[in-house]
Amino acid sequence: MSDKLTIAGKAYSSRLLVGTGKYKDFAETRAALDASGAEIVTVAIRRTNLGQNANEPSLLDAVPPSQFTYLPNTAGCYSADDAVRTLRLARELLDGHTLVKLEVLGDQQSLYPNVVETIAAAKTLVADGFQVMVYTSDDPIIAKQLEDIGCVAIMPLASLIGSGMGILNPWNLQLIMERVNVPVLVDAGVGTASDAAIAMELGCDGVLMNTAIAGAQNPVLMAGAMKKAVEAGREAFLAGRMPKKLYSASPSSPTAGMIGKA
Amino acid sequence: MISVSINGAARDFPQAVSVAELIHDMGLGGKRIALERNGEIVPRSRFEQQMLADGDKLEIVVAVGGG
Repeated sequence: MSDKLTIAGKAYSSRLLVGTGKYKDFAETRAALDASGAEIVTVAIRRTNLGQNANEPSLLDAVPPSQFTYLPNTAGCYSADDAVRTLRLARELLDGHTLVKLEVLGDQQSLYPNVVETIAAAKTLVADGFQVMVYTSDDPIIAKQLEDIGCVAIMPLASLIGSGMGILNPWNLQLIMERVNVPVLVDAGVGTASDAAIAMELGCDGVLMNTAIAGAQNPVLMAGAMKKAVEAGREAFLAGRMPKKLYSASPSSPTAGMIGKA
Repeated sequence: MISVSINGAARDFPQAVSVAELIHDMGLGGKRIALERNGEIVPRSRFEQQMLADGDKLEIVVAVGGG
């Protein structure tokens, strides 16, 4: 079955996007990425550590951009200006790569997105030729505005970053999916495999996660679980679930041919 | 002497240096980095020509693990 996720005109086989942060070392990062089957991986842009040994291993060695689609993010940015500067540096760093994840946070404790700054940054970045996958709240009106600005994917939170609280408002996700034509990916809040499956069963086009894998007791095993959950949820969505009802007068086994009847 | 800020830390040079010389001096030659000077990207192709001036603010970044 050909069921690709198409973002900005490029088709991907995996609907699971993963972060590369919080792992024990680069070997574990790579093993988890391989187990997840993810093709798109998020990376952060940070100042070089001026004191460090220049020959230390780097993420680029463990996760070569030739084998994965890098999605540089703006994690840690609290203003549109910082986010735009960060992604312009990322584009230079990655030889003109324009597919990016925009996130502008509003609060250091909750990491809740600042949608006003996010919208401002999205306008600048789209005008500057970036293909913007945008992290936002689960507000359907904002989601539509971000699509209208020209973002290539809308990525609402399911619950707060790193919380593992799962999908707290499936109804808002549905409102977003009804209004938005570009792919909708749940970004943030997934805690375990069933959360990812539920997101996909709701009809989301994909799921992006980091802590749910990196923060598991066994990240590589969890990465495999997430791969299966996203695939299972997607197939269940495509299959179309049976309707829910309180009870059924229609048993699964035949009612005729029962023994002991006259 | 010129004094420039690199990733927030002050650094002095006895004479004007190019971005390329700075990168080499810092052991970052051949590394995948990006550099911003006073808020503007300096493309890799301009590292040789771009001279640093007193008071410049530089940001030098790399890709790291993140979600």
